[in-house]
Amino acid sequence: SFVAGVIHPWRVSAFERLLWRACRGYLVANFVEMPEPMEDPTTGESITWVIFLISYWGEQIGQKIRKISDCFHCHVYPYPESEASREDTISGLHSQIQDLSVVLEETEQYLAQVLDKVVVALPTWRVQVQKMKAIYLVLNLCSFDVTEKCLIAEVWCPVRDLTQVQDALRQGSYKSGSSVECFVQRIPTSESPPTLIRTNKFTAGFQSIVDAYGVASYQEVNPAPYAIITFPFIFAIMFGDVGHGLLMFLFALWMVLYEDSPSLRQASNEIWLTFFEGRYLILLMGAFSIYTGFIYNECFSKATVIFPSAWSVATMANHSSWSSAYLATHPSLTLDPNVSGVFRGPYPFGIDPIWSLATNHLNFLNSFKMKMSVVLGIVHMSFGVLLGAFNHVHFRQWHRLVLELLPEMIFLLALFGYLVFLVFYKWITFTAAESLVAPSILIHFIDMFLFTSNADNLPLYRGQVPVQTVLVVLALASVPVLLVGTPLYRWSRSRAPRTGRPAPVATVEQEPLLEGQEAGNSVNSTKEDVESGEHGADDKHLDLAEIFMHQAIHTIEYCLGCVSNTASYLRLWALSLAHAQLSEVLWTMVMRNGFVRLSYVGGVVLVPVFAAFAVLTVAILLVMEGLSAFLHALRLHWVEFQNKFYVGAGYKLCPFAFAPDAWE
Amino acid sequence: RALGFALPLVLFSAFWGLVGIAAPWFVPKGPNRGVIITMLITTAVCCYLFWLIAILAQANPLFGPQLKNETIWYVRFLWE
Repeated sequence: SFVAGVIHPWRVSAFERLLWRACRGYLVANFVEMPEPMEDPTTGESITWVIFLISYWGEQIGQKIRKISDCFHCHVYPYPESEASREDTISGLHSQIQDLSVVLEETEQYLAQVLDKVVVALPTWRVQVQKMKAIYLVLNLCSFDVTEKCLIAEVWCPVRDLTQVQDALRQGSYKSGSSVECFVQRIPTSESPPTLIRTNKFTAGFQSIVDAYGVASYQEVNPAPYAIITFPFIFAIMFGDVGHGLLMFLFALWMVLYEDSPSLRQASNEIWLTFFEGRYLILLMGAFSIYTGFIYNECFSKATVIFPSAWSVATMANHSSWSSAYLATHPSLTLDPNVSGVFRGPYPFGIDPIWSLATNHLNFLNSFKMKMSVVLGIVHMSFGVLLGAFNHVHFRQWHRLVLELLPEMIFLLALFGYLVFLVFYKWITFTAAESLVAPSILIHFIDMFLFTSNADNLPLYRGQVPVQTVLVVLALASVPVLLVGTPLYRWSRSRAPRTGRPAPVATVEQEPLLEGQEAGNSVNSTKEDVESGEHGADDKHLDLAEIFMHQAIHTIEYCLGCVSNTASYLRLWALSLAHAQLSEVLWTMVMRNGFVRLSYVGGVVLVPVFAAFAVLTVAILLVMEGLSAFLHALRLHWVEFQNKFYVGAGYKLCPFAFAPDAWE
Repeated sequence: RALGFALPLVLFSAFWGLVGIAAPWFVPKGPNRGVIITMLITTAVCCYLFWLIAILAQANPLFGPQLKNETIWYVRFLWE
């Protein structure tokens, strides 16, 4: 009799020993290793099993053997006694194996065919599923009608596009072949509408830097069209250098000319995308920097002599008899504009190139740049105050024109406009002949506020003191007008008997629409005050106190802000000085060393020197200084310019679009 | 040769006046007309003011440049 089975290879020796001991040698055991590993059905590992065949005689030994095999977790198989039945079993098993392998093959082939068919159709399916998912996501935003038969979506729509929306709805209903049409209905609301400013690819960059500070309130004047030019201009004042501006301009030009190339558009680097989005901004910044570079007469820190210099060294030398011996003993000498013929009229375009050779050029340049910063700052701020007039006119708040704009302008112009006048007056009327007794504008300005006078400081013009007194009194008088004018006016208006209720939400505003079966985005439910008309004062005391408080804060902020913001514009001077000094340092300490040797060796040395100069120019002057000037120009716009008129409390319209994560 | 003050003043005022006052009339009609006119006027005002400040600051200098003796020698004999 036989017992045949398979056993785990690790248990073979123990199994053999146990069998030998248990059956006392009344058996013959044969162990053969399998030719290839097979998978264990219980654990799934592939193990090289060992096949064993035990021949024994005697029933009891057989039972013992079977029990032992059970203990060792062997898989036992029936082993027929006779040779013929063994052969039959083997052939039966072989045919079974063949059948099974045929079935497996056919199944795999069939599977491959099905998968091939699916691969062709898979992209279409994916798109369909994405579309369905996106549509359902949007439909989830709608709400159900009372009758539960249709969906309602409340959306904001610009009045100008209303007919387009109606057309689109009609087309959609027609194409889908539905019996019920979608329709649109305007409903009144007291919510404040979102702000929509239409931009093209050029203006989008500038609008985004204005929006980064605050989205314009509904129908407020938008500072972006002016910022298109003033922002690059203010940047250029701080960056002024022809060479650096040209590099920046060319970089931006490359981006603009190749803006449709997909490799530029779809880069994943965020920093690159930021630069790419602002390519028109950088283009204008570079262009204006070239202009201011010409005015500052700086090209990689070197001055260009386009026109002959206005200062004549020869005349001075002849007048003071500067012989070569005299020059040898005096290391530095000054040109005197009082000597006739030395100064021949101002350089027609920009700063005279002689100043870049002078050792005292910072004396002149600092005075020029500080006055320039103050003048440009006051002009910028006045422009900001004037823009407020657009707001007052648009919202029909005429009283604010007289009670707010006028006192603000008087305050600003009487004090700081007068300062601008003093600067220009001194430039025009005081010549070198009076240079020893030239009055100091700063001392005059301080004395103007303190109502004192300084005997050493000559007046600029006859009658200066009374004029200044009048201006200061005018400015001081405008402060209380600004403080209580508007609140008193509104209070008196609310106390006067009214003929009827003021019209509810004015017709010029956008109103939400009611649509069925068409989706839109739900509206932010911000209960902000609508900026049109005046509300009936339900609770007069609270309203009045709030108005007074608001106006007091505004007055203090404006008056103190005028002083501090004017000083803040001095950063235009500071940054342009820093830029000029940095580029000069790069020239004298890096590039000039490449020109020291005049031999062929010098030519070879020039190459790495230029490489260092180029790398440092790009890294420090273009990137670092560029970012710095950008930041300060941004600050000047956001704070000093915009706090004169801009409220920026609105929210943007999110136009209807499928959410991008629906495409995942 | 005297450079004169009147000639640059007239020239540049005329140029920026052309850009800021005359050119806006010739901008073709389109959706961007307002933006382009704003840009032209702003550019003209900014650039003209900047140039004006630069030239007025140098019109009546109260002091002259202080030069090193090498510079004086170079400029005297090579520039003039």
